[in-house]
Amino acid sequence: MKELKIFGIVAAFTLLLYWGVEPFAHSKMHKHVEGHDFVYNGTADIEEAEAKGKQEVAEAKKKFWADVEKISKLKGDVAAGEAAFATCLGCHTGQPINMGGVIPPKLDHAGALYDKKYLIALIKDPAMASNVDHKYKDTSTHPMGSIKMMMGGDQQIADVVAYIKAKKAAEVTPKEAYEEACGRCHAMRYMKWTQLGETPKFKYEKDALAYKIKVLDEQDAVKKYMGKLPPDLSIIIRARSEHFLETFVENPQSQLPGTSMPRVGLTKEGYEKVKAYLEESGDPSKPKREALGPWVLLFFFIFTILAYLWKKSVWKGHH
Amino acid sequence: MAHFDENAKPFSQKWLDERLAVSTLKRVLSTEYWIPKNINFLWAMGMVLAATFGLLLVSGIMLLMYYKPDVNLAFDSVNYTIMSEVGYGWLWRHIHGVGASVVFLIIYIHMFVGIYYGSYKRGRELIWLSGMLLFVTFSAEAFSGYMLPWGQMSYWAGMVITNLFSGGSLEAYGLVEWIRGDYVPGDAFLTRFFMLHVLLLPLVIIGLIVLHFGTLRIPHVNNQDGEEFDFEEAAELYKAGKVKESKVIPFNPVFLSKDVFVMGIYFIFFFYLVFYHFEFAMDPVNFDPADGLKTPPHIYPEWYFLWSYEILRPFSKDLGLIAFAIAQVIFFMLPFLDKSPNVAPASRRGLFKYWFWIMLVDMIILTFMGKLPPQGIWNTIGLVAALLFFALWIALPIITKLEKKL
Repeated sequence: MKELKIFGIVAAFTLLLYWGVEPFAHSKMHKHVEGHDFVYNGTADIEEAEAKGKQEVAEAKKKFWADVEKISKLKGDVAAGEAAFATCLGCHTGQPINMGGVIPPKLDHAGALYDKKYLIALIKDPAMASNVDHKYKDTSTHPMGSIKMMMGGDQQIADVVAYIKAKKAAEVTPKEAYEEACGRCHAMRYMKWTQLGETPKFKYEKDALAYKIKVLDEQDAVKKYMGKLPPDLSIIIRARSEHFLETFVENPQSQLPGTSMPRVGLTKEGYEKVKAYLEESGDPSKPKREALGPWVLLFFFIFTILAYLWKKSVWKGHH
Repeated sequence: MAHFDENAKPFSQKWLDERLAVSTLKRVLSTEYWIPKNINFLWAMGMVLAATFGLLLVSGIMLLMYYKPDVNLAFDSVNYTIMSEVGYGWLWRHIHGVGASVVFLIIYIHMFVGIYYGSYKRGRELIWLSGMLLFVTFSAEAFSGYMLPWGQMSYWAGMVITNLFSGGSLEAYGLVEWIRGDYVPGDAFLTRFFMLHVLLLPLVIIGLIVLHFGTLRIPHVNNQDGEEFDFEEAAELYKAGKVKESKVIPFNPVFLSKDVFVMGIYFIFFFYLVFYHFEFAMDPVNFDPADGLKTPPHIYPEWYFLWSYEILRPFSKDLGLIAFAIAQVIFFMLPFLDKSPNVAPASRRGLFKYWFWIMLVDMIILTFMGKLPPQGIWNTIGLVAALLFFALWIALPIITKLEKKL
């Protein structure tokens, strides 16, 4: 009994120590960021502008997201949307061709990956939707900027989004989700993924080097456009907390104010897919840990019981 | 030459006894190595430490086979090759990572058990001193190992810790550069810390473990009451079959059976961490590759160094360095600063009872403050806790001198 009391004291101090250096210290080191449950309605953006005292920007954002809300109420016509969607395919070819700094994303699974309101917002004003309008304030324009001239008003936006949501929403694999949502800016060297896509196998070193040069050129273009080369995401799953990743993807400004990383606009399901791929790369042992763990623990439970019985028999007559 | 029996079969008991004295060795080291009966599970921490060191050694050898001590390759050799390409590499790495952290938890428990029961006193000073040497060498081993994955915190912790050798405002940078082999942590730094981690320091640790065990053999292990008795007399009683009356038990198999039981419980805890909570031992910041151009927002050491880091931090540059240096060695002085004649648990002693718990709580507070960002109220608490730490050491000889003989 006395030993149990001593054990209790040791365990209590150990837990106190753990609490102080882990949860408590981390709660003080990282500011808390509210999640928005993957709802895109501009609340965070407006608050952000207001917190910085930029009343004008806040007003513009309020108006913008109110318009988005209005369009989201319109009934979209899928057939009409398909015709308008043809204009998108001029750039969103699925080919790794850099346009104005980045490669436009493939839209094959856009309906499954991205939020409806976000898509509306993006077509209406890409810089506002992705919350990087600060970057295009003065001189440059968003690479997708001319879309405003191509889309013939709110109804057409609603049509296109209806089409994407209906026809581009096939089941998406974690890899495809990563490719479309992140893979054009972020490399993932543990998955042999570069900004140009998965690295092919080459028979001759000459070809491998030529490809490497192409990748370097693409990286230079991205670097120029983003200000710095976006980080490799191979083990980002281990380097950032779950909460950080989730809120960062929802609104990059919330964790890194002023960053040129655009908001991606993923739905919750889309984010789960991306996360699954990040986990595959950065934490590949997870399924193996979960499979082996119970057996190892079971072994030591039995070991401990046997050790206890041994101790009891050896100590017989000693007290 | 001793006398050898011509008829002894090779490798038979007799044959081995004549050449190796195996029976004597077994007797001296295990079956007639006498342990007081009156000790609780906290005395099993030594064996728990030995087992953890064994796990660290074996897992370390596995990792060593695939690790690349090169600033361009180190990070990926740890995080990709070992984690994804080597069979069970992830298991070895998690055992090594968790072991490196947990070993310090057990060392601290082991240390504070020694302090609580007065096991460093009268006759056992060398046990304490060799143990403290082990603690310091383990610290160096842990630090050099922390550098190896060459992540962000490895790099910056290396920068901060080696900067300590600049001699405060003397700015004697020659020494720092000599240690690093460069102006900043680089390839020379990594390779020499690699050598220290996998060769020199483990050798020193193994030697010190032998010394630590050796210092224990003559004064024998202390007991729960600090009671002093004649081990040989008690042993005779035990050998005569009066196991109940005797105050001692043989290490093997009697105390060993308790050690093994405690180790069983410990391994459940250990492998629970390895499989389900390994990240507690691994700072996420270290999963960003080292970047000499980007400082992490907060630089802090691993949890087991936080208390001494916090003794460095709240003071000015020079004062901080001096305080830090004193904090590193002051525990060595414990047997000589404690002037009390009593070898007894803290609960039965005079003011030392309070000294022990205040010291423990103060070090926990220092640990908390060492990790918190150095701002506002945290700074003040850290400063007070650091001053209290020194006040306690100054008070120790005085309050123990006042203690009456029990």
